[in-house]
Amino acid sequence: MTTYSQPDQNGQYGQFGGRFVPETLMQAVLELQEAYEEAQKDPAFHELLEHYLKDYIGRENPLYFAENLTKHTGGAKIYLKREDLNHTGAHKINNTIGQSLLAVRMGKKKIVAETGAGQHGVATATVCALLNLDCVIFMGEEDIRRQQLNVFRMELLGAKVISVTHGSGTLKDAVNEAMRYWVSNVEDTHYIIGSVLGPHPFPQMVRDFQSVIGKETKQQILDKEQRLPDTIVACIGGGSNAMGMFYPFIEDTEVKLVGVEAAGSGIQTGKHAATLTAGEVGILHGSLMYLLQNEDGQIQEAHSISAGLDYPGVGPEHSYLHETKRVQYTSVTDEEALDALQLMCRKEGIIPALETAHAIHYAVELAKVSPKDEIIVICLSGRGDKDVMTVKSALEGRQNG
Amino acid sequence: MGKAHIQEAIEKVVERGDKAFIPYIMAGDPDISQLKEQLLFLEKSGATVVELGIPFSDPVADGPTIQEAGKRALNSGTTVKKVLEALSSFRDEISIPIVLMTYINPLFKYGLSQFFKDSQAAGVDGVIIPDVPLEQRPLIDEHMNRTDIALIQLVTLTSPDHRIKRLAQASEGFLYAVTVTGITGARSAVSENLESFIYSLKKHSNVPVMAGFGISTPEQVKEISSLGDGVIVGSRVVDLLHQGKREEITQLIQAAVGTPASH
Repeated sequence: MTTYSQPDQNGQYGQFGGRFVPETLMQAVLELQEAYEEAQKDPAFHELLEHYLKDYIGRENPLYFAENLTKHTGGAKIYLKREDLNHTGAHKINNTIGQSLLAVRMGKKKIVAETGAGQHGVATATVCALLNLDCVIFMGEEDIRRQQLNVFRMELLGAKVISVTHGSGTLKDAVNEAMRYWVSNVEDTHYIIGSVLGPHPFPQMVRDFQSVIGKETKQQILDKEQRLPDTIVACIGGGSNAMGMFYPFIEDTEVKLVGVEAAGSGIQTGKHAATLTAGEVGILHGSLMYLLQNEDGQIQEAHSISAGLDYPGVGPEHSYLHETKRVQYTSVTDEEALDALQLMCRKEGIIPALETAHAIHYAVELAKVSPKDEIIVICLSGRGDKDVMTVKSALEGRQNG
Repeated sequence: MGKAHIQEAIEKVVERGDKAFIPYIMAGDPDISQLKEQLLFLEKSGATVVELGIPFSDPVADGPTIQEAGKRALNSGTTVKKVLEALSSFRDEISIPIVLMTYINPLFKYGLSQFFKDSQAAGVDGVIIPDVPLEQRPLIDEHMNRTDIALIQLVTLTSPDHRIKRLAQASEGFLYAVTVTGITGARSAVSENLESFIYSLKKHSNVPVMAGFGISTPEQVKEISSLGDGVIVGSRVVDLLHQGKREEITQLIQAAVGTPASH
């Protein structure tokens, strides 16, 4: 396999990526790139990051052999990379700790962020409390309604949560507002974007901070099985847990990588968030990538039972890996995700996030038709405590419906 | 038509001792059928150039007023195609230059080559695409080649000197000086270091320097236009047009260009 070295110096992954931002932000984006490159070369930065990853977040987290689930499927061995065991309960904090340390290094005193499910918001509010940074979080009003627990967690941690009522009141609109806030406060504020999205260097930086997931997984599976897995499965909204998991395996072409998008009520209904499955190339939030858009180039609303996948775009690097076919992208419906969530609860005693449940469904179905000596790793990106009310009402709806 | 048309229109006003005024309106707010009459009104009121917005679902550089106008325009079914068709149908009845302002995605979806070709045919003189900074211009430059359309650059208070020079030299028609660090929208106070900012732009620019963002009263129009070659007023004009307060728009315009009697 040839060496993989994306993005190029302009922040492009093939035709994807770039820096499509207003001039007011260009200087900030260029300064960020410079600061990030410097930090990467500085052993002291890595040491500090390592310290927080280990002693604050609790890494490394386990790669757990899901024996019951494996027996249930009767096929391939299923391993779970336990990102749900991180402090704050999801992979999001791998990125927020890295970016906030960078913000401190750059002398920024304030942080702005967007959040969908609230996991990124909580992870941001947490590191802001830790590092004594002011924190403003934009969240769609629809998401505030369905993720009240996380809203209160953010407030408890000292963040100011601002409700976004424009558009569909979900993640896309929260990103718009966070970017507007950044444009207006760029001199003292750093924007911690929550996924592998936005203008360069964000997609690269978020991938790099998240790639601790894939690095650990690689070492752990070699220790346990003395070989690499056959397939790795991760869910995709913007795509940060998947990118962090896949990146260290990209050159290992014998490992099949599968990204699972949210098919919502079903692709054919039009109510979904499956950007790579059913979208087209366009430009949004600073980056050229696949998007859900109408024939006039207006961005369409995404739909998913999981707030964290409810985004009409997908990171530029995923767009690139889709076109080069290194990663296979597929989709799973709300109903299938609900079933997978319950299966994981019953078989392994783990309540996964609804986002993660999409990956679980795909992996379980794959395991059923795979030989027993094959190995599948699922990126268990987050825990599902935040989703229990959504799941409850969805299951009640099923009974009554 | 094109670059020269914009530049000459501004210079003509400045040479007679007044300042240029560019109002921004959103095409299709409330309906595309009213566009011709709206443009005729602005021309008659003394506008030097018109900046015409095409709505986008996710306008990250715009504040609440223009976001709402965009929503109204989208609800009335406004698209890039409909705006260009409307302009084509009456362009020869309006003489002032027209500059389109929209985000890159609707144009990218339309097809960039086709967009510039159709814009040229529709009598569009310039375009402003706020989410295409200098670094991303290669994406559109090749498609603009055979047209005379001006690509207007924004320069901001956060742009360092070396960027200011490059932006000033790259801009065509006029240079758009963003007078606040932020998004579009009316503000009560304007930035204090504006004077030196505009002065440095004038020094580097071969085209007129127009100041915009946050300007909302005749007093601000007078104060800020005196620093450069004129002003651009968006949110306030959109608001007044929406409320039917057309005399107040005329007053804003005349605060820069003077009254017809004074020419």
